[in-house]
Amino acid sequence: MPGPTHVQATINGEDVNFLCEPRQSLLEVLRDVLGMTGTKEGCNDGNCGACTVIFDGRIVDSCLVLGVEIQGREVTTIEGLATADGLHPIQQAFLENAALQCGICTPGFIVASKGLLDGEPGADEGRIRHWLAGNLCRCTGYDKIVRAVLDAGEKMK
Amino acid sequence: MVANIVLSEVEYTHIGKRPVRPDGVDKVIGRAQYGPDITLKGLLHGKVLRSPYAHARIKSIDTSQAEAYPGVRAVITAQDLPFASLSKEELGAGYQALKFASDHVLAGGKVLFKGHPVAAVAAANPHVAEEAAKLIKVEYEELPPVMSVVEAMAEGATLLHDDLYTSSLGETSQTASNVAAHARYEKGDVAQGFDEAAVVVEREFQTASVHQGYIEPHNGTAFWSADGQLDVWCSTQGAFTVRSSLANVLRHPVSKIKVTPMEMGGGFGGKISIYLEPLAALLSKKSGQPVKLVMNRVEVFEASGPASGSWMKVKMGATTDGKLTACQAELALDAGAYPGSPAMSAAMCAFACYDYPNGLLDAYDVVVNKPKTQAYRAPGSPQAAYAVESVVDELCEKLGIDPVEFRLRNASKEGTRRIEGPVYRRIGLVECLEAARSHDHYQTAVDFQPNGKLRGRGVASGFWFNRGFVSSCNLTVNPDGTVSVVMGSVDLCGTRASIAQQTAEALGIAYEDIKPSIADTDSIGYTFITGGSRTTFATGLATINASQDIKQRMVERAAAIWEAPVEDVEYVDGVIQHKSDSELRMTFKELAGRTLTTGGSITAQCNIDPPGEGNSFAVHVVDVEVDQDTGKVDILRYTAIQDCGKAVHPSYVEGQMQGGAAQGIGWALNEEYFFNGQGQMTNSSFLDYRMPISLDLPMIDTVIVEVANPGHPYGVRGVGETPIVPPLAAIANAVYQATGVRMQSLPITPGKVLDALWSQNGS
Amino acid sequence: MDWIDFATPKTVSEAVELLASKGDRARLLAGGTDLLVQLRGGRRSVDLVVDAKQIPELNELSYSAQNGLVIGAAVPCYRIYADNAIATAYPGLMDAATLIGGIQIQGRATLGGNLCNAAPSGDSIPPIIALGGVAHIAGSNGSRQVAAEDFCTGPGRNVLQDGEMLVSINFPTPVAHSGASYLRFIPRNEMDIAVAGVGTSVVLDASGQNFVSARISLASVAPTPVFAKDAGESLAGKPVSEATIQEASEKAIAAATPISDMRGTIRQRNHLVGVLTRRTLNIAVERARGG
Repeated sequence: MPGPTHVQATINGEDVNFLCEPRQSLLEVLRDVLGMTGTKEGCNDGNCGACTVIFDGRIVDSCLVLGVEIQGREVTTIEGLATADGLHPIQQAFLENAALQCGICTPGFIVASKGLLDGEPGADEGRIRHWLAGNLCRCTGYDKIVRAVLDAGEKMK
Repeated sequence: MVANIVLSEVEYTHIGKRPVRPDGVDKVIGRAQYGPDITLKGLLHGKVLRSPYAHARIKSIDTSQAEAYPGVRAVITAQDLPFASLSKEELGAGYQALKFASDHVLAGGKVLFKGHPVAAVAAANPHVAEEAAKLIKVEYEELPPVMSVVEAMAEGATLLHDDLYTSSLGETSQTASNVAAHARYEKGDVAQGFDEAAVVVEREFQTASVHQGYIEPHNGTAFWSADGQLDVWCSTQGAFTVRSSLANVLRHPVSKIKVTPMEMGGGFGGKISIYLEPLAALLSKKSGQPVKLVMNRVEVFEASGPASGSWMKVKMGATTDGKLTACQAELALDAGAYPGSPAMSAAMCAFACYDYPNGLLDAYDVVVNKPKTQAYRAPGSPQAAYAVESVVDELCEKLGIDPVEFRLRNASKEGTRRIEGPVYRRIGLVECLEAARSHDHYQTAVDFQPNGKLRGRGVASGFWFNRGFVSSCNLTVNPDGTVSVVMGSVDLCGTRASIAQQTAEALGIAYEDIKPSIADTDSIGYTFITGGSRTTFATGLATINASQDIKQRMVERAAAIWEAPVEDVEYVDGVIQHKSDSELRMTFKELAGRTLTTGGSITAQCNIDPPGEGNSFAVHVVDVEVDQDTGKVDILRYTAIQDCGKAVHPSYVEGQMQGGAAQGIGWALNEEYFFNGQGQMTNSSFLDYRMPISLDLPMIDTVIVEVANPGHPYGVRGVGETPIVPPLAAIANAVYQATGVRMQSLPITPGKVLDALWSQNGS
Repeated sequence: MDWIDFATPKTVSEAVELLASKGDRARLLAGGTDLLVQLRGGRRSVDLVVDAKQIPELNELSYSAQNGLVIGAAVPCYRIYADNAIATAYPGLMDAATLIGGIQIQGRATLGGNLCNAAPSGDSIPPIIALGGVAHIAGSNGSRQVAAEDFCTGPGRNVLQDGEMLVSINFPTPVAHSGASYLRFIPRNEMDIAVAGVGTSVVLDASGQNFVSARISLASVAPTPVFAKDAGESLAGKPVSEATIQEASEKAIAAATPISDMRGTIRQRNHLVGVLTRRTLNIAVERARGG
């Protein structure tokens, strides 16, 4: 059995080097190797979206990406959204619209919403519901999440 | 567009406002630490080996290969639990309870559901632990599984436990049985009641096992120190419940167990029981290192605690002018592998919305080869309401009475006595029904058949008790004039906010000056779980009472500073002032700034067990569309109306109503455990256990009806449970109006709707 | 998950060599949305995972009127529907590419992977078959081409031999007055496995009133995706009418051999094949007419 693999990637704008086993998912790497626990595990098989990250500009489930696959590439996680100046408009909108209850799905929803609103800040309710179909929330019934994304879109226009 | 309406009678300064929650920022930036996020020096990772069979006898377990596997630090089986070395004589009357609790954690003689833990491994990383767990050899003797209450109650059924006897109406059965308990509630004379009825409807109903579906899997991390101190970190609705459950199963004193509740990724009743915590503790004891265990999603479905599947029979009679004369029900709820289904609470809730003269209820708690059921939001009430509210709908149809009008004519109100005894204090069912009737949704007619699809509207009501139970709060006035509120209640969905608002209201200071936090079990008085819609009410009372003490101590301190008699000083809206000398006046902040040099900190605490109930009622209205070619049901419009008492933070109250409705919609339409012929669950993933996604739901409109709870100074009632009660029947009733078929089995899947439509056509 | 080795070949021949060296203990990784789940759940076990995504041929996505459409085996769904020319020319394929999983899955999942995974319910396979897709395969013994309808051989099984890999799926250029559609039935509105699915493609005459030819393919009603040849051929030369479409739907039902399982019953699935065949044919006709 060979040893772990060295990987170099850009995570939240920073150059990151780490060692991981090929069988470790990007989700495991983020959480267990890099200590970035903001990305959550809900199902580990791509059906809940709690582990959503932006990978080279596209939203993906980080449980369905191997850590070794991010070699030389770019990843944005929930930890990369807020800046020294404050929260990202989507984060602010989630707070103001009470769009989170337990909060476990929240990072995934916020990152997925960023993937939508960066390109389509004017997305309507139907588009938002379709875009977020891969993110499960069990607390809210989605109502306040959809309103928060609509609200954030207004601010991002 | 109608969205969220609040019908208020009283306004307050902080209560009823919608501030940002204190824990909000941490949760939107990914900094909040949930159970699986914890890491400790030297942390090992565990994996549980689980039974592949639903019912089998364990003949042997060989762990030698796993123990020898490189990287493995500890392996445990039921032999490592104290129960294995305790005799029946030593345990006496507590024998069976401990046997059930221990066997549930790690199977001893028999496995009773697929996924039942049999052994566990701790290793350097989770992959090695998983590899090692596969090396444990278990020899089983397969037994026939018993999967439904009907099967389990049948004559000659295979028994899960050879030492389980039926406790029935004060007697214990002579022979072993799968029925753990039978309870009966009775009033008046139902036979006579049915004789007096002009219309009687009697129907049978069945519901499938469903899961709470929280997104965060169960987890537990433990460190058992050489001095016997056991520290546990986990996602739980009740740290003290985890502590007492661990003390019981591990036979370890509560004083040597400290449980730290982490942030919680959803519970809905499913995160009260212990699963991984005792395994992590034993693995840590054996390895000398901290151990973390996290379930995967398959394990969550197969081996945590879903809600009961049920079989129910309901019979109701009414006069031609729509007055109920008699209500009768038999309710059998499966408990899973060990006794404890919410059959009794189902019975108490069944007819709780109605004032009727004659009633008879029989409830059965039945064991089957499924994972042991746990609470799920208003345990037992949704199943019962599905059956009862469907029958009510049929009565309304036969009598030609509007369903809201019928419910108004029979509504429970202040003074109505529930069948098991309690008499309602001021309740708001009538107000909810009136709000439903006047709502734009109910006033707008259904467009029955646009584009060939079928549409219909359904209505149903629901009830939950909302008892208080024990809560503790410690308040400290900080030198900068803020107040720290330490509580034992875990925050599932806004508790910090609602407690901070009540504290700010009681003290008359700013919401932003309240700093709520949640303590471990060594740092706060006993606090019961966050669940049962009790926390905002009971923990709220605790902080309000402690706030009164803080005010008194602030008055005493000011009096001491001013060298004035205490009775001459008063506390008004966050200002401490002399009653007659207007020169002597300090704001809360000013006095707080002087506390450290005038006698030290000012603190107060309250431990409370509020008596009585603050019942909450709800009425839901739903419009559905049924595709008659595919049988698919879509929700077009949904309105949830509920008496919430005074809504402390209306946004989070609405969130509870919307979330509960969404879970109820899932329960009604698509969610169910599928079992194959061997009793193995075949849909243990979020792909095949179909919870509603964002595209499945419309916006869910709400009406908060504020009928003040007389048991709380601001009129607060619990909210969270009731919203899941009405949707099941409301949707079934809507599907009936659309299609003309009564769906008497949940979920109302497209396949069942097609079958029903085909039978209706005679094809 | 058991230990795996991971390789990132840069050429087809390098990849073929790696695959051949491990036989059935090696597997090509495209989007990973099936493979990683199977490896993690213990439903598949391999020693070597070969990344497909650094091989130029597998990343090719091209369309021209001369050469038709080439979709490299490692091209994720989103790239297909983000390409306006392709989306316009192959709406039937878009129907599938936009409903596989959610947006996150579509950022990774590939039609090549969907075909190789050979699930009876694979949503892109019926439209691939209906549109006359051809699998281009490379292997240690050279390359070959297999019609999409002949590619899947059983649940999770396909024609690929050890040491072979799918390079691309190629489609002919759509002829004038043609249209296609894919619909599946699921209990939820997304994120679900088809209870039944139907992909159809039609070619109409210049009047738009008569079928010149049609191809129909079914999902989730047999151990493999089904090419309902007779159903499609029954439309050739017939007028577009409720009766001819009804007849084709009955022939599609005849081609289905579903089982009853937790997702649906035999009767329900046969019924749905009928409903979806009619619905997809109507959509395909509308698209062929330029609607």
